[in-house]
Amino acid sequence: MVAADSEGPKDPGIRMFRRERSIPLQGSAAALCNNLSVLQLPARNLTLFGVVHGPSAQVLSAAPDGVPLAQRQLHVKEGAGVSAPHITQVHWCVLPFRVLLVLTSHRGIQMYESDGSIMVYWHALDSGDAPSVQAVFARGIAASGHFICVGTWSGRVLVFDIPAKGPNIVLSEELAGHQTPITDIATEPAQGQDGVADMVTADDSGSLCVWRSGPEFTLLTRIPGFGVPCSSVQLWQGIVAAGYGNGQVHLYEATTGTLNIQINAHARAICALNLAPELLSAAEDTFVHIWKLSRSPQNGCIEVEHCHSECVSDTQVCGAQFCDPSGSSFAVTGYDLTEILRFGSV
Amino acid sequence: MSVRTLPLLFLNLGGEMLYILDQRLRAQNIPGDKARKDEWTEVDRKRVLNDIIMTMFNRKFMEELFKPQELYSKKALRTIYDRLAHASIMRLNQASMDKLYDLMTMAFKYQVLLCPRPKDVLLVTFNHLDAIKGFIQDSPTILHQVDETFRQLTEVYGAISAGEFQLIRQTLLLFFQDLHIRVSIFLKDRVQNSNGRFVLPVSGPVPWGTEVPGLIRMFNSKGEEVKKIEFKHGGNYVTAHKEGSFELYGDRVLKLGTNMYSVSRPVETHMSGASKNLASRTQESIAPNPLAKEELNFLARLMGGMEIKKPSGPEPGFRLNLFTTDEEEEHAALSRPEELSYEVINIQATQDQQQNEELARIMGELQITEQPRQSTTKGDDLLAMMDEL
Repeated sequence: MVAADSEGPKDPGIRMFRRERSIPLQGSAAALCNNLSVLQLPARNLTLFGVVHGPSAQVLSAAPDGVPLAQRQLHVKEGAGVSAPHITQVHWCVLPFRVLLVLTSHRGIQMYESDGSIMVYWHALDSGDAPSVQAVFARGIAASGHFICVGTWSGRVLVFDIPAKGPNIVLSEELAGHQTPITDIATEPAQGQDGVADMVTADDSGSLCVWRSGPEFTLLTRIPGFGVPCSSVQLWQGIVAAGYGNGQVHLYEATTGTLNIQINAHARAICALNLAPELLSAAEDTFVHIWKLSRSPQNGCIEVEHCHSECVSDTQVCGAQFCDPSGSSFAVTGYDLTEILRFGSV
Repeated sequence: MSVRTLPLLFLNLGGEMLYILDQRLRAQNIPGDKARKDEWTEVDRKRVLNDIIMTMFNRKFMEELFKPQELYSKKALRTIYDRLAHASIMRLNQASMDKLYDLMTMAFKYQVLLCPRPKDVLLVTFNHLDAIKGFIQDSPTILHQVDETFRQLTEVYGAISAGEFQLIRQTLLLFFQDLHIRVSIFLKDRVQNSNGRFVLPVSGPVPWGTEVPGLIRMFNSKGEEVKKIEFKHGGNYVTAHKEGSFELYGDRVLKLGTNMYSVSRPVETHMSGASKNLASRTQESIAPNPLAKEELNFLARLMGGMEIKKPSGPEPGFRLNLFTTDEEEEHAALSRPEELSYEVINIQATQDQQQNEELARIMGELQITEQPRQSTTKGDDLLAMMDEL
């Protein structure tokens, strides 16, 4: 969930949800992880959704009640190769002075103005030293202060410096912290420090790295994996939430990398997480779960409580995000599904 | 997407094709002494399966297949199976071939979707290979070829990480995206809904390496477990009791990829209402694509490894009907929805000298098999470059 606005009040207690009006899609959602990006624009009474279909992605806007307003299809910028290149992820990046829509694929990285109307930047991936058996792609997108960070197949994270306006985007740094393909990246403003953000990057081997942004990014903590991909990661109030291919959700203390919580949450690989302020987990087992996080008054350790489980029948979920800052509504995408499912609190 | 997906796609679809042809040939089986000249016998059935399997596991073909490469288009793949199905004395009309391909693709889509772990697609492949070996027990040469392929699979996929298998799974699902053809055997077994979507059960054993959902464990800053809470997951899962074997021989545990057809269960597909949302279909096969030339080159090289038997002399080509009657087959051909038509690449011999050379070279390198074959007119069968799209 990305809010262009400040956070709303927290809502305590167990939640009850019901299905609300679905939003039709032009193309079905692809079986990728983190395949739903949501941009909330409460000032304009709008919510934007982004879903990857395969060789194309769809971005659309909807009214609060789910009525679709406008939509646009984006494609991968053509390059050399035989088959149609595929998109891996689409994600809105909220920066201090602008919002950019970023699209990653097997060719490179495309950045657009927030409505997808104009491409402001294109970065082609360099597959030079990749062995022929290695798929080359970019995956994992997050805004970190005035930077946009994008992960790649090699484990390198590209850091782009974004100006307040215009297309003068520059690749400023390449972070080397991972040896396997990046799966997901998450950021949040650093606590007590203006203009600085913390960032967590995750990879196919399940390893996590926690960074601090700056003219040069610094590695703060490294959390080792256990041979299972970490498909989705979130960062909030110093808590790292990580979803793994074996259906587990782990919660770590970002500063120390200590494991606080281990949840046997799902029976299949987790495909999406969203954290603010409640934790949402979605997996290929057709379930979406919502969890309430808190800090123990005794020792300050993270505590968790299960709030709600939603079974999206016969659907291999591939994306899920909260649609409002209080977490009282969320949206879900599924493989082969030509609609975005919406759920609201009762 | 993953460049190691093609062998898995090809072998599993091929395996399903053999299951269906075997079932169909058995269903039309006539005892040898009672058979008329144009009816199928047990000997014919075994011969057809032998010929197809031998062509499928041709060494040169397998070598090309296992090279790291992108998945080729549905059109290209369909053409391979078209040729494969005609590798013997059997003939299929367009309608029957379409139906065969529908069944094959929906079956493997189902198997990929229901694999507990992405890595389990390898067990599904081994299930297919185990069954294929059962079809050719009397032919040691072909058996050796299949074991060779088994060894190659283990070598390539044995070292792949869980993350790469996840990418392979995503690549396969991308290939099968938006296919919702309803298959009667799936509908009857309640593994497919009437809208063409597969049933995803929320009960049964969890994948090997996954814990049964429902437990929350809390740790302190020293890493000691301080609390355990249970929560209601909503599903009804149990622990997996055994991991499937990845050895040459072994209990695969997983049933996906084993033969679900039997003589008494005819298999039908339902065309109507199969694709309600036309807009959602990927438009890949409609616009002519200049880049498809490389794809066709590859196809031609693969085809070069296939000896196509033309029925000649006194033995006529035996036609197999995948429908119950000839009338049904004809009706299916006429009423097949436009959006579901497979555009098979037309392969024609041309006079193009340059293009013929490459294929002639490959054909020349093929080993002569020990089995006596019908004389093939290589001049006619030599596949040259297809027409430009």
